Amino acid sequence: MNLDWIVRESDSILVLLVWHLGLSVVPVVIGLAMALPLGWVAHRSGAFKSVVLGTTGLLYTVPSLALFVMLPSILGTRILDPLNVVVALTVYTVALLVRTVSDGLDSVPVETVQAAQAMGYRTLQRLVSVELPVAVPVIAAGLRVAVVSNVSVVSIAALIGTQQLGLLFTQGAQLRFLTPIIVGIVLCLVLAVVLDGLVVLLARRLTPWTPRAVHA
Amino acid sequence: MITFEHVSKVYPDGTHAVHDLTFDAPTGKLTVLVGPSGCGKTTSLRMVNRLIRPTSGDILLDGESTNGMDEALLRRRIGYVIQHAGLFPHRTVLDNVAATPRLSGASKRQARLIAGELLERVGLPATFASRYPWQLSGGQQQRVGVARALASDPDFMLMDEPFSAVDPVVRSQLQDEFLRLQREIGKTIIMVTHDIDEALKLGDQVAVLRTGGKLAQLATPEELLTAPADAFVADFVGRDRGYRSLGFVAAAPGLVVRSEPSVPIGSSVEDARAATDDDWLLVVDERAHPLGWVEPRTLRAPISFSDLNLSGTVAHRTGTMRHVLDASLSAPSRRGVLVDEDGALVGSVTAAEVVGSLAEIHAAGVTTGGTAS
Ligand SMILES: Nc1ncnc2c1ncn2[C@@H]1O[C@H](COP(=O)(O)OP(=O)(O)O)[C@@H](O)[C@H]1O
Ligand SMILES: [Mg+2]
Repeated sequence: MNLDWIVRESDSILVLLVWHLGLSVVPVVIGLAMALPLGWVAHRSGAFKSVVLGTTGLLYTVPSLALFVMLPSILGTRILDPLNVVVALTVYTVALLVRTVSDGLDSVPVETVQAAQAMGYRTLQRLVSVELPVAVPVIAAGLRVAVVSNVSVVSIAALIGTQQLGLLFTQGAQLRFLTPIIVGIVLCLVLAVVLDGLVVLLARRLTPWTPRAVHA
Repeated sequence: MITFEHVSKVYPDGTHAVHDLTFDAPTGKLTVLVGPSGCGKTTSLRMVNRLIRPTSGDILLDGESTNGMDEALLRRRIGYVIQHAGLFPHRTVLDNVAATPRLSGASKRQARLIAGELLERVGLPATFASRYPWQLSGGQQQRVGVARALASDPDFMLMDEPFSAVDPVVRSQLQDEFLRLQREIGKTIIMVTHDIDEALKLGDQVAVLRTGGKLAQLATPEELLTAPADAFVADFVGRDRGYRSLGFVAAAPGLVVRSEPSVPIGSSVEDARAATDDDWLLVVDERAHPLGWVEPRTLRAPISFSDLNLSGTVAHRTGTMRHVLDASLSAPSRRGVLVDEDGALVGSVTAAEVVGSLAEIHAAGVTTGGTAS
């Protein structure tokens, strides 16, 4: 470990950290926004469900590096454009969260949905004020996976040179210098733990109604 | 009034769930749909608020066809209670109840005010308002379900096996409370049950359905017991029809009631033996409420609670002949104990006297509608 190096480079490390944070979080936000309607459609229609889940499942098997390399020619972006990373990770997040949202809506008790319908909720009203709130625990569990896996997948974009903590790994490897690699790993871990914790906290705030184990 | 006009339902798989159903559920009355499992009760009920669309026929609310009505608006006019309450797990008890007035356009404040009143009305303490549904027992959840259905003050109510999922003691308590409530609010109700005793207890009129959703008989509970339309209805109404129909015969005012010797609990052996020549002696508390029977001959010490034979039931003087007969049959002395409105001892009557008085009533051709139990 070379502490001098860390102190000297702290400014640029911070920049990489902020980029890493942004590249991990923005796709989750966009992905969730897209997965909500898609997951709802999958939940509603039995026939469409297998199509949606099948397609999105397939997307998940495309290697991330391949996506990073292919996207510029598809989107017409420069190879180093962070947009490529955002789009690629959004694709993964949607693929993951469509199933999560659909499962979440499936988890709402049938009686609850029927009661809402019988009380005179309209479809959208029922989705927003009954079904989605009740699905939060399941959706939050999927969000945690998405956030944490994004933090790790973002580092791969270092291979194409995008700004984020993964650059510390390539840099360390090229210079045969361990310190940047350790700093990169630690910061990735911290970032993943903090983001995961935030999702858990947010979910708790949204679900004061769930039975929780009492800690003695 | 809810009117079924030649309503039929055939499911896409070809199941004939309801066939040519025609009947009226009169305004302010409780109509019970009863029949064996799978006979189309739930389907019939859910066609009223168009959760299921009839294949043919029409259902009218106060003469107005529901066919083509805006479904959400229609449903907001009809309270709906189901077996497992179907409460919103993510809302407090108070906000569950407030949901229906909110849908009908009340402000949040107003809706919560209404909800608070209704919780009290269905017998839930105010401390329950901030609880979540999982913190309630099945019976309590069902009360919240009833409160929620009533909160928008609908003219109509649909109830699908509302009391079936709770244990018998709670069920009978909920039934009694609901009857009391319905006497105050007088909603036009259709209730579904597979339990004929519940139907006879709660219904102003009872529609018996047979498999395939055909109406077998529409009648008052008393008529069902005394004049079942056919063998299916007779069989479904069940055994002990004659005895159970006594639940609809008011205790005869002319019933001869003899005075019954009694001693207060704690009386000495001598007092007990002096009070009667009979084998059995009635023991009462300080307010003259009957407690049980003792055998003075076998007493060794002043009468204590452990000496009491508790097998006898007690009938109200203004109750039904079923209660009176049961009291006389269950008492070890074979003398049925009658009490007044406050529960104080009036006297006793034997089974022979009850049956004699029934013969007189029958001869005179007068039966008065009481309540079954
Ligand atoms: N969605 C459905 N599709 C096909 N058949 C159904 C459906 N719902 C109910 N049924 C059938 O219709 C009949 C009546 O059902 P239901 O109204 O639920 O009876 P009940 O409430 O009296 O038990 C049954 O034979 C049942 O299997
Ligand atoms: Mg049913």
